[in-house]
Amino acid sequence: MKMIELLGWVPLFPFLGFLMLALAGERFSKPLIAWVGVGTVAVSACLAALIGAEFLTGTMEPCGLLAGYWLEVDDLVAPIGFYLDALSVAMLFVVTGVGLLIHVYAAEFMASDPGYARFFAYMNLFMSAMLVLVLADNLLLLYLGWEGVGLGSYLLIGFWHQDPNNGYAARKAFVMTRVGDTALLIGLFLLFTQLHTFDIQLLMLRVTSQWVAGELLPVTAAALLLCGALGKSAQVPLQSWLPDAMAGPTPVSALIHAATMVTAGVYLIARTHALFIMAPSVQFAVAAIGALTLLTAGCSALVQTDIKRILAYSTISQIGYMFLALGVGAWSAAIFHLLIHAFFKALLFLAAGAVIFCFHHQHDIFRMGGLRKAMPLAFWSFMIGSAALSALPFTSGFYSKHEILSAAFDASPGLWAAGCLGAMITGIYSFRLVFVVFFGKECPVIETRLDWRMRVPLILLGALALFGGMLKIPLDSVFPVLFDHEHGFDAVAVGTAAAPLIGLSIAAWFYFTGRFSAQSPADSGLARRMRIFFFNGWGIDALYGAWVVRPFKTIAELNKNDVLEHAYIALASLCRAGQRMVGATQTGNIRWYASSMALGAVVIIAIGWLS
Amino acid sequence: MSGIPMTHGLLLSVVLFVLGLIGVLARRNLIMMLMSLEVMLNATGLAFIVAGSRWGQADGQIMFLLILTLASAEVGVGLGLALHVFRRFHTLDADALNGMKG
Repeated sequence: MKMIELLGWVPLFPFLGFLMLALAGERFSKPLIAWVGVGTVAVSACLAALIGAEFLTGTMEPCGLLAGYWLEVDDLVAPIGFYLDALSVAMLFVVTGVGLLIHVYAAEFMASDPGYARFFAYMNLFMSAMLVLVLADNLLLLYLGWEGVGLGSYLLIGFWHQDPNNGYAARKAFVMTRVGDTALLIGLFLLFTQLHTFDIQLLMLRVTSQWVAGELLPVTAAALLLCGALGKSAQVPLQSWLPDAMAGPTPVSALIHAATMVTAGVYLIARTHALFIMAPSVQFAVAAIGALTLLTAGCSALVQTDIKRILAYSTISQIGYMFLALGVGAWSAAIFHLLIHAFFKALLFLAAGAVIFCFHHQHDIFRMGGLRKAMPLAFWSFMIGSAALSALPFTSGFYSKHEILSAAFDASPGLWAAGCLGAMITGIYSFRLVFVVFFGKECPVIETRLDWRMRVPLILLGALALFGGMLKIPLDSVFPVLFDHEHGFDAVAVGTAAAPLIGLSIAAWFYFTGRFSAQSPADSGLARRMRIFFFNGWGIDALYGAWVVRPFKTIAELNKNDVLEHAYIALASLCRAGQRMVGATQTGNIRWYASSMALGAVVIIAIGWLS
Repeated sequence: MSGIPMTHGLLLSVVLFVLGLIGVLARRNLIMMLMSLEVMLNATGLAFIVAGSRWGQADGQIMFLLILTLASAEVGVGLGLALHVFRRFHTLDADALNGMKG
């Protein structure tokens, strides 16, 4: 039997795990919960590895698998079909591989939490939805996975729902991504009404054959899809939910808000790249938004003090790089960076989780320090992760970012300059984090012992983050190759290599002259205001608060006694009055009933007589 | 046939029926109401007899037998109910038994 026939089981196994844990998880013992929660993901990771190995050693012809039908109404057919090509294999590896490591880690990290079963139920639900998203062969099924991961994200951000702030963060994430999702849904409707199919490959074929590049239809459709991607991937202007999403447990931040879900937007655009090629203006917007995002988020990351918020802003910034790559047509570079980013960002989050775990949920980096000796594993994980994040030469991040920047240079030197500036900022903030947390005066650590379940994922992810650059997923079979000339050892390469090193040097200089501290010496005038501005994420939340949330609240306040409801209230009171009138004739007096019967009989006879 | 015209017989039956109806509507004692009902039933019976003798057919008398049976059954049930009502509420006043209103 060919392994591809088992493709349907890959998303199904985590879903079965979710069902078991959701229905009976409260009665399971903790080890059993861990076995179910991690085991189902492990099984699907094994299946994915076997399927991927078969695919990569074979002819690499894209192939599909029809598992059944979801909807069948007239010409609207939504099959539950899965599609395997180099792109979905790459995503499959990321989602199941990184997902499995994070599940293993979470089995220890969450061990003392009373909601252990609930946690793994949600995580498995998320895994299942994410796998549906990356494997779907039609846009409707992809949308199912898309909303499924949104639901999983909402449930997991608000996992510690006893704190109202976490619930607020969860709702914020849900509503803000919903803005994008609505646009995406309208885009799907547009594509379906115009091209009469949901099947992605067929759709792309019809897009290129029936539509003219640059006309209104492809531009509108691409713009709507882009809006969906912006919301899910936390790009400007819908980015402000991601830093707040850090309210969830750290493994959740690692899995959902760094490695997999937030890259769904990148995947969507890469999957429908034919449509974006037909809409050059939208494709340029993708690049511009990417460049803008990577700079703004990078600046915000510079001044954060919460270890997880620094990583969150760096995630937004790195996804900005992926959008930049997509926008300049370097599709495979974007997916390559997605892959590498999943490794090092999961590593960074898990290492941050280890630090937080040992400090008993302390997030402020200025309360930490000197952890280099106390937690060598976390230190080295952070070193590798930060080196890859800031793309120091010969780490995995260097290769992916190099590809992106050289493609950006071909498209426009301005984009390349923004990318290089972003790379320098990345170097500053990532090493600021490392220096502040791991160097300097030693803080007393409450606990430094890490279970093997936390150590093994860190070591494996560290290896991937270091050497992942050598992975070669043959994405050229999926994407058109738009640029072919190789940059040798030229100015672009030098710029790309130098930018993070400059950033690192600046970070070291600032740190050793004592400029990174809780009370910054720059606490005066313009610098201070800039700091606060960056700290609050460029005031996006305040802007939305003033222009969207407050007007909405005002309208809601004005219409507190719902105008439309009065009509229904009137109807109800009319019915009640009628009931009271008719009910009054029911006196309970038998002689009254007899007289009315007699009177009625007389009236009927009289009518009969007279007519 | 004897000289009593049908109209007289029917008039008598109507008078009896109205008397019975007035009894049912005016009396408050359940026993008296049952007796008035009997009067009404017998008034209808009389109408059947009169009509039967007018056309010389036995159907009227058969109908009367049927009504008689019905009346006795009705009295049986009615008296049983009246007995039960009295045991339960210690009264036979129909107006007092108005618990099922509205």
